[in-house]
Amino acid sequence: MSHKKVTGNTASQAELDAFRELQQLAYQAASDVAASLEPGVTEREAARRVREHLEARGVQDWFHTPFAWFGDRTAFRDFRVPLQFFPTRRRLEEGMPFILDCAPVRDGYVADIGYSGYLGENPLHDRLMDDLRAHRRLIVEKVREGNTLQDVYRAVDALIREQGYDNRHQVYPGRVIAHQVGKVESRLPKAIVAGFGIRSLQTLFGDLIVERAHHRSPLWADGDISAHPATPGMWAVEPHIGFRDIGVKFEEILVVTSDDAYWLDDDLPHVTRWSQRTLSDVGSKDTAAPLTTVGASEETATV
Amino acid sequence: MSTSTRPHRYVTATDGQRLAVYSAGPTRLPPPPSTDAHGAVPPTRLPPPPSRDAYGAVPPTGPTLLLVHGYPDNATVWESLVADLAADYHVVSYDVRGAGRSTAPDDRSGYLMDQLADDLRTVADSVSPDRPVHLIAHDWGSIQTWHAVTEAEHAHRFASFTSVSGPNLDHAGHWLQQAPDGVRNVLRQAVRSSYIGFFSTPGLPEAAWLSGIGGAALAGLERIGGGPRVPAKRATRDYLNGLELYRANMFRRFTRPTERRTGVPVQVLAPTHDAFMVEQVQSNAARWVEDFRFHRFKGGHWSVRSHPAPVARRVRAFVEEIESGSPRPTRNLTAQQARRHGGAFAGQVAVITGAGSGIGRCLAFELAERGARIVAVDVNAPAAERTAELCSMITPGSSAQRVDVTDSAAMDKLAAGVREEYGVPDLVVNNAGIGVAGPFLEASTEDLERVIDINLWGVINGVRAFAPMMVESGGGGRIVNTASAASYLPSRLYGAYSATKAAVLGLSRSLRGELAGKGVSVTAVCPGLINTGIISNARLSGMGEVSGTKDKLNRLYRLRGYTPEKAARRIANAIESGPEIVPVTSEAHIGLALSRLSPAAIRGYARVAPPI
Repeated sequence: MSHKKVTGNTASQAELDAFRELQQLAYQAASDVAASLEPGVTEREAARRVREHLEARGVQDWFHTPFAWFGDRTAFRDFRVPLQFFPTRRRLEEGMPFILDCAPVRDGYVADIGYSGYLGENPLHDRLMDDLRAHRRLIVEKVREGNTLQDVYRAVDALIREQGYDNRHQVYPGRVIAHQVGKVESRLPKAIVAGFGIRSLQTLFGDLIVERAHHRSPLWADGDISAHPATPGMWAVEPHIGFRDIGVKFEEILVVTSDDAYWLDDDLPHVTRWSQRTLSDVGSKDTAAPLTTVGASEETATV
Repeated sequence: MSTSTRPHRYVTATDGQRLAVYSAGPTRLPPPPSTDAHGAVPPTRLPPPPSRDAYGAVPPTGPTLLLVHGYPDNATVWESLVADLAADYHVVSYDVRGAGRSTAPDDRSGYLMDQLADDLRTVADSVSPDRPVHLIAHDWGSIQTWHAVTEAEHAHRFASFTSVSGPNLDHAGHWLQQAPDGVRNVLRQAVRSSYIGFFSTPGLPEAAWLSGIGGAALAGLERIGGGPRVPAKRATRDYLNGLELYRANMFRRFTRPTERRTGVPVQVLAPTHDAFMVEQVQSNAARWVEDFRFHRFKGGHWSVRSHPAPVARRVRAFVEEIESGSPRPTRNLTAQQARRHGGAFAGQVAVITGAGSGIGRCLAFELAERGARIVAVDVNAPAAERTAELCSMITPGSSAQRVDVTDSAAMDKLAAGVREEYGVPDLVVNNAGIGVAGPFLEASTEDLERVIDINLWGVINGVRAFAPMMVESGGGGRIVNTASAASYLPSRLYGAYSATKAAVLGLSRSLRGELAGKGVSVTAVCPGLINTGIISNARLSGMGEVSGTKDKLNRLYRLRGYTPEKAARRIANAIESGPEIVPVTSEAHIGLALSRLSPAAIRGYARVAPPI
């Protein structure tokens, strides 16, 4: 959100429609490029296709330029420095998962999306995608109940472990599962530094300073600074789960008001996919899976 | 083959050589046709005449096993194994060209690999023209059989292949050049293969065999791993002619290996004390085989001659599985995973207790990715089922069992059930355990009994339930017990826990000595600070407000940042070679070193009171 509105005013319906329209456009771009991917294409080429697709449709700036991750890079395995997030020359192969992630800016509005796919067919990848559904429901319910962002983060963490996966959004800078978004209002020129648009960064840093003054953070992680309920506004939420060499995520805007929380749009590829599948296992129910504490489980003993 | 040394027939190879073939076992004729009231066979119900092989004999209705011997053997090397298998199968063996009663080519080119594979196919066509044969091969027989099953035009003639102590030379060439299992193993293999250079020299090996020096050296090597006490039935020509196998093939295959793959199901049986082969050069063949299994058994290079029971058991299970027509297991790996692992655990069965969470669950995933079927055991049934479900999505065939490891009867029942469903497991990981922390004098009796019951009695029950069957089945299996770095790093913080883990370590080391002669290896794993969530489930006493203390400890584990996935990878890599102790994290390594080098430092550590 813009740091001029730290009191948390919710965007108008017209603004919400504009955010939704851009989010749709970004997901359409990712879907179209995903359908075009073939063995041999590099991460850089895939990211370039997303960028060109969106620029051809009126996108003028970027919160961050498009990312593409192939193979075990979808699970951020062995990522140690931020430079590793940027697209590489890794080539897509049959039997490889991929993730496309982009954050376009158009007329000041921002979208930040993540699209997971697989080249070929893989029941395990399907299973991870199915299990993401529980996280989407869990997050919105927990936020709606007024839990602190730290507690929601930990609840997501517990569910990931219960499902048998591991938390991969903890690899993002700041371990964030989400960050606030709002209209970009800046007099700086449109320029990209280290993959991020400087106008968007200025907005984010402004929010960061103002929110910190209120002992809050526009970055949602599991630290004590996130021990507060969600600030009203819009949050780009990106739970990212990993299993072995496969990582899957979605990223979309969660709208938080003073007394409610809801996803900005339900007409998105992953949501449509879930509604088309019959789900019946852990974390794939229409309601969030109960978070059982594995208290009776016999844990491996370590010092 | 009966015990008769006379061949039952000769098969003519494509280049005119005559191969002596021996057969044994049931040769069943089809049942006589039914007759009408007058004793005549109704014409409409006349059965088709039984097909006959090239020699006019009616082939058996059951599966045919074709056995291929190595160097410097002949078909008599199979006598004990044939005696076992012939009760159920039509068993055929033959003398490889130049050996036994087969003729020998005049020229070295007659020993080229393509010709040897062609001989194999010719014999298979002769003895079982209507259905594929199951191959069992040893040493050089295995080398040439590997070549045959990786020939696309021959593969349809083979239903399965059981390899004992012999790799595909091209696979071995890739393995030597790329060292996927490390340079150390390449060097170990180089030492074991040093005789190949000697065999390639002109005249010297012949002189060694003719003088008796070679025979004496070979007799010594045969005794490694409890080898045969009965002298082999070999002739001088077996020793001399077979040298051409090395001279014609080795150098070109090792230096210019080609890519050879096969869809024929292959199981590799590796003796634990093979004087000529390291396990890794055989297990790495998984890269090239769609359906690959790897099993170890106690014995030396010539165990097929002296102790064939484990080989016969595996052959029966394999042949019956293939003949049953059950769906072939296929691993569902990403492209990267398929390149990453050899086959050290492929096709094996691993029982893991405490598999519902933490290291147990991650080790289950890791081993499943390496081709093992997992029996996931946990007191928390849904957690065990989830583990088994995900394991089955990587490698089909895993299952879950809700068992309390403190219940010895339940563990015995588990072991019987595993044996019934899967056979004797190759790997048993006694991993279930809980954490207990706080001053020993303030621990409740209930907490002490619980930690001893789970951490120590859980391991004892697991060992007692599974070890006897692992020994009885011929060895080769592994038992892994999860101890802890706390077993050698005493602390005022976790006295009771340390006691149970020290007991597990002591038991494991003693058991390792006890079972060493029986071919079962025992390994103790000492993880260190792994962020498994153990603290959340630990019993704390005398440490102030419990939830606050747990938060602090959990934060410590999180800051340490050693994930159970990484620990599982380290453990799986380590237990391939069956070491005595596997320290996982750096603090576990350092603690182990200090416990040996500086006991005073360890005593000092025990007195430290952490600010928790």
